[in-house]
Amino acid sequence: MDKSEKLALGLSGLLLAAFFLALIYAQVARGIEVPTCITDVEPFTSDTLFQIDENEYELHMITRMWAFEPSSVTLPVGSTVHLYVTSRDIIHGFKIEGKNVNLMAVPQTINYIPVTFNEPGEYFFACHEFCGAAHHLMAGRIIITDNEEDLARADLPGGER
Amino acid sequence: MKSYVMKIDKSNRYLMGVLLIIPMIFLVLGVYGGLMQTLFRAGIIQSDPFMGPDYYKGLTMHGVLNALVFTTFFAVAFGNAVVSYALRMKLNMTWAWVSGILMLVGSALATLMIYIGEATVLYTFYPPLKAHPLFYIGLTLLVVGSWVAFWNWIPLYLKWRRENPGEKTPLSVVGIFTTFIVWQIATIPVAVEILFMLLPWSMGLVNEINAMLARTLFWFFGHPLVYFWLLPAYVMYYSYMPKLAGGKLYSDMAGRLVFMMFIVFSIPVGTHHQYMDPAIGAQWKLLHGFFTFMVALPSLITAFTLAASLEYAGRKRGGKGLFGWMFKLPYFDRDRWLFSYLIAGLVIFIFGGISGIVNASYQLNTAVHNTAWVPGHFHLTVAGPVLLAFMGMSLYLLSRYLNKPVKMKGWALSMPYIWTIGVFIFSWGMMRGGLIGMPRRTNTGPSYANQDSALYQPEWISYIDISVVGGVIMTLSVVIFAVVFFATVFAKQKEGEATLEFPTTEPYHDEDVPWLKNFKPWVIAAIIIIVLAYTPVIIDVLQSTAGGSPPFSPENPAPLR
Repeated sequence: MDKSEKLALGLSGLLLAAFFLALIYAQVARGIEVPTCITDVEPFTSDTLFQIDENEYELHMITRMWAFEPSSVTLPVGSTVHLYVTSRDIIHGFKIEGKNVNLMAVPQTINYIPVTFNEPGEYFFACHEFCGAAHHLMAGRIIITDNEEDLARADLPGGER
Repeated sequence: MKSYVMKIDKSNRYLMGVLLIIPMIFLVLGVYGGLMQTLFRAGIIQSDPFMGPDYYKGLTMHGVLNALVFTTFFAVAFGNAVVSYALRMKLNMTWAWVSGILMLVGSALATLMIYIGEATVLYTFYPPLKAHPLFYIGLTLLVVGSWVAFWNWIPLYLKWRRENPGEKTPLSVVGIFTTFIVWQIATIPVAVEILFMLLPWSMGLVNEINAMLARTLFWFFGHPLVYFWLLPAYVMYYSYMPKLAGGKLYSDMAGRLVFMMFIVFSIPVGTHHQYMDPAIGAQWKLLHGFFTFMVALPSLITAFTLAASLEYAGRKRGGKGLFGWMFKLPYFDRDRWLFSYLIAGLVIFIFGGISGIVNASYQLNTAVHNTAWVPGHFHLTVAGPVLLAFMGMSLYLLSRYLNKPVKMKGWALSMPYIWTIGVFIFSWGMMRGGLIGMPRRTNTGPSYANQDSALYQPEWISYIDISVVGGVIMTLSVVIFAVVFFATVFAKQKEGEATLEFPTTEPYHDEDVPWLKNFKPWVIAAIIIIVLAYTPVIIDVLQSTAGGSPPFSPENPAPLR
């Protein structure tokens, strides 16, 4: 190997090391995680929204051909949602618009990610794993609002089913 | 290195004719499917005249024919040619035919099952969606056929090593063996998935399947599959491109190091496709992410070595200054038309590689996983350098083995550049759409792209339309290629015997590096790392899945039994 090759190799290695350290930084210093292996949650077969603290909710979501249950959830601004997802039939998945939430829903397993909504708005999500003939009709939304009437209509905790 | 001309006998000629022409028909069918998908998604058509109204059936056809069938056939055909040429030995034609026939029967079975609507499961065939058993059997035969081809080369390689002690194996052979060593190891988990899980479950011998385990075994195979596609293109980049450009390979050692690194790091990376999955510990996902960065290193080395080789060629051709050499390369030289396929692919791969590093970046994957970004990315890899190198070399081999002149060289030469424009437009639309949440594998036509639907997403429309424009240009360039290819097939045979000669490159820096001469230590290192990387993943999956799933049809939410 000549000098320029060694330099190129060294710089390539440094570049990749810098990228990798950025991932570690995002995880350790900024707390941005990817889903991990969950073994301490009982399998669930119906969707439920629990209020566990003033601004904290636990949502058990079911995915099935071809709907999310619940397909729409209304919560106040500032809510943190502990989102648990499973599938009743085949593999589904979704990414919540504008949020660091992207989950695969695989039958016989539970996936989990926490997410906080500080901005009011409608957060749309579409099924993003092929799940059969009507896959492209499977979508849902999380509505974050300060409007008392909307929240009252949503009848927390329980949400719209 | 003296140039060598290999004589081609009749059996070899027929075999290679079959191995090159039939997959080209499959490829053209698959590309047709690709065009239809862009039209479906934009809502321009609701039914495809050939495949019918089911978008997902066409999508399965597109993925299976283009990414699995065409690529595997080509890798085998190219390997047959390279190994016999570079080692100057005759293939055992019986086994070469057995391999070809297995692949043909397998591909035909799988394609037929998709066509009659019994295998609408996409090319990842995730259970609990169930396909017809013959679909899985077809894929198995395709893979076993490629194994037989590889096993047929091993005795030749061992004989060559015995007869040439201490000599360096030709770099092209090192590359082909790297390709198939990775393939041989990586196809074992998918063979386990198919033979012990999918097939008995699909036939009704067992009732339930562990969907999470099957999916994990698929990706155990699914990412090294990517290198199975890429490595034959690397063989052409290292062994032939510098010579076509009129230069030398900057460093022979770099090429050997790159191939050995691919053996070690290609496989323990699969869960970077599963960052967003349940049932796998985040720490193991990060470990696979680390190995994915390691496998990016040989591609960065390649970028340097190839650029240096091309610079050497450009300067030899009279290029001056810092960038002047770039304008002296034979981009439009009819007699070196193959160069255009390689250089266009390399340019596309710059963007394919960068977007791939984004995908591999752990948390950053949250922003792109299963969005249209992903097909945007992989059309810059498998449908960039891989497709173009495979098409160019198919045409090259076809003309040599059939002893026919390449027809319409000007068109042959322009095709890669037209494709490049098309794929850049297509992928830009897909990737931008993906970043604002547009999902992949989704027929947006009737829903998200439909003004009358409650699900209408107006901000996605322009990106969906851009992908149509790109798709039309890409299809146009493939039509040009198909015309050139079949005009060559039906051209009048040249006088004299059929012969094969590869434009084999000489090295500029040539070092004798003993630790890069033998595959064995690298294969052992690979196996150790694979076991370390995958044991905890499989344990996690087994411990956190609660039972199995019955089979489902894509048509009906109720299980099939």
